[in-house]
Amino acid sequence: MANKIWVCIDQFKGEALVTSWEAVGTGRKLADEVGAGLTALVFGEGVENIANTAIHYGADEVLLADDPTLADFRPEPYAALLAKLAEDGSPDVILFPTTTRGRELAGMASVDLNTGVLPDVIELDVQGDKVTAIRPVYAGKLLARTECSSKPQLVTLRVRAFGMPELNESRTGTVTKVDALMAEDEIVTKVVEYATVGAGVSLTDASIIVSGGRGTSNRPQLIPPDEITDEKEQEIWRAQQGFKLIGELASLLGAAVGASRAAVDANYIPYSAQVGQTGKVVAPDLYIACGISGAIQHQAGMRTSKVIVAINKDPDAPIFKLARYGVVGDLHDIVPALTEALEDRLSY
Amino acid sequence: MANLHMVVCLKVVPKPEEIRVDKKTNRLERTDARSELNPPDMNAMEMALSIKERYGGKISILTMGPPYFEPLLRVGLAMGADHIYLLSDRDFGGADTLATTYTLAKGVEKIEGVDLIFCGEESSDGATGQVPPGLAEWLDFNQITMINNIELAPRKKTIRGRREIKAGHEILEVPLPAVVSVAVASNEPRFMDYRIKDWAFEEERMTVWSKDDLDVDAEYIGVSGSPTIVSDLAQAATRERKREFLTGTPEEIADKLKVILQDAL
Repeated sequence: MANKIWVCIDQFKGEALVTSWEAVGTGRKLADEVGAGLTALVFGEGVENIANTAIHYGADEVLLADDPTLADFRPEPYAALLAKLAEDGSPDVILFPTTTRGRELAGMASVDLNTGVLPDVIELDVQGDKVTAIRPVYAGKLLARTECSSKPQLVTLRVRAFGMPELNESRTGTVTKVDALMAEDEIVTKVVEYATVGAGVSLTDASIIVSGGRGTSNRPQLIPPDEITDEKEQEIWRAQQGFKLIGELASLLGAAVGASRAAVDANYIPYSAQVGQTGKVVAPDLYIACGISGAIQHQAGMRTSKVIVAINKDPDAPIFKLARYGVVGDLHDIVPALTEALEDRLSY
Repeated sequence: MANLHMVVCLKVVPKPEEIRVDKKTNRLERTDARSELNPPDMNAMEMALSIKERYGGKISILTMGPPYFEPLLRVGLAMGADHIYLLSDRDFGGADTLATTYTLAKGVEKIEGVDLIFCGEESSDGATGQVPPGLAEWLDFNQITMINNIELAPRKKTIRGRREIKAGHEILEVPLPAVVSVAVASNEPRFMDYRIKDWAFEEERMTVWSKDDLDVDAEYIGVSGSPTIVSDLAQAATRERKREFLTGTPEEIADKLKVILQDAL
């Protein structure tokens, strides 16, 4: 059987990203549908275990390039190797997770192989020998059905839009070793530094997000310390008390902290926390909006969350239109109560 | 690096909140929608301006699109850029990311002597994020995508870009020429400077190139150069959400939420 559906595994420091397995699972389904085999591409250093896991998740074959020059993702050696393998193997479809690295690789492969990319798709079907993909456009307001008339059809899959496949450790497959194409002195991109931060979950990876808006500062009974005399700074101080409550709930849940544009514009919290059209677009399992009115620009960033809980003093706030569960009340009362109620959950 | 030549790619997009789909024809109705500069491109512009302030050099705006984009592109000049190159031709229309990056690359080649290209992370309409890597590949430039900070080593002619990655960050270094894409919300874009508005609207600040001005292969531009097509467009179904308001004291509400959220947690 020819292996004509390919999946690029995204790994970092020898560990595959979970979303890579979502891509393998999606590739498996696609391959079964068209009666093809599934090949996983694993590039890195010391990544043989990833190759085996790819088989356990559904790959029939792994093309494994294990080489020091591939230890960190760098565009030129990765793209050169992918292009070479694709030219030799002529796959019909290559799937990538829509990660920073996946997007770079797909974009370069598109030019190298003179073919199209269907980026950030949330649904994938087969019609004849073509895949058709659904992808959100215009800030998620519209869904576009797209297809690609050339081969290989490059597709990047939205993170968390496709389910995780079952791990089957008795599955077998073949691992074929391939050589890296570029020598270290031909590679100009250098990774100068990397650091991992222990605390803090990134918004895009989070399965739960607790967000705060203007309402974080709306607690007149909180009296700022005497040394803060400026009215604007008093407001920011109040907002920080609100975000402290939000942060406590978030850390209990292993959640990320988000914010509305109004909150970042008012300097309550850095821009990096912003969820919305001009911030991060997120789709967690659970989104808890605290003191956020729900302007269209915020909705654009979170409307596809699975379950939305809104806490707001104003019963007419637009956020309630999106919410599965609404609480008309002050986040300064509700959030700490929720944190306390959930604390016993940690006992297991 | 006083002769540093930077390009900022700007896209003009319809405001997402103002577009709709005609239910009968299933076509995009954007006539009612006002246009704006793609918000992430403003972060790219701001980063380029910060480099110009520190090291000098000039900034060219590069856009592919119809002539009516002009007034918005002039805003980029009023922010501090030096010149506009608008690639405008009916035959450029209908381009997907492959044809778009090809055409933009031809524009960069025609501008000549470009050291550093800034793009926004993605556009608010198509949201592919594919233009920066594609552009770099056509030009054979180095690239760092999704950066939120940049450092230039003018003598070494290298840049270092910092980007957030899963649970941390990394800093990559590449020699110029290079393409960078700038992560959305990584800086606060400045407003236009009204004192230079008249200057920004002077005719000679803008060059318009058609396909005959560029060294393009007709097979690679517009619809004919685009392997991907959009076969259908539909309003995203606003999920009918069952809505339920929880009432009681904060403690009672918290207990109800705890039970309800058991699944999601």
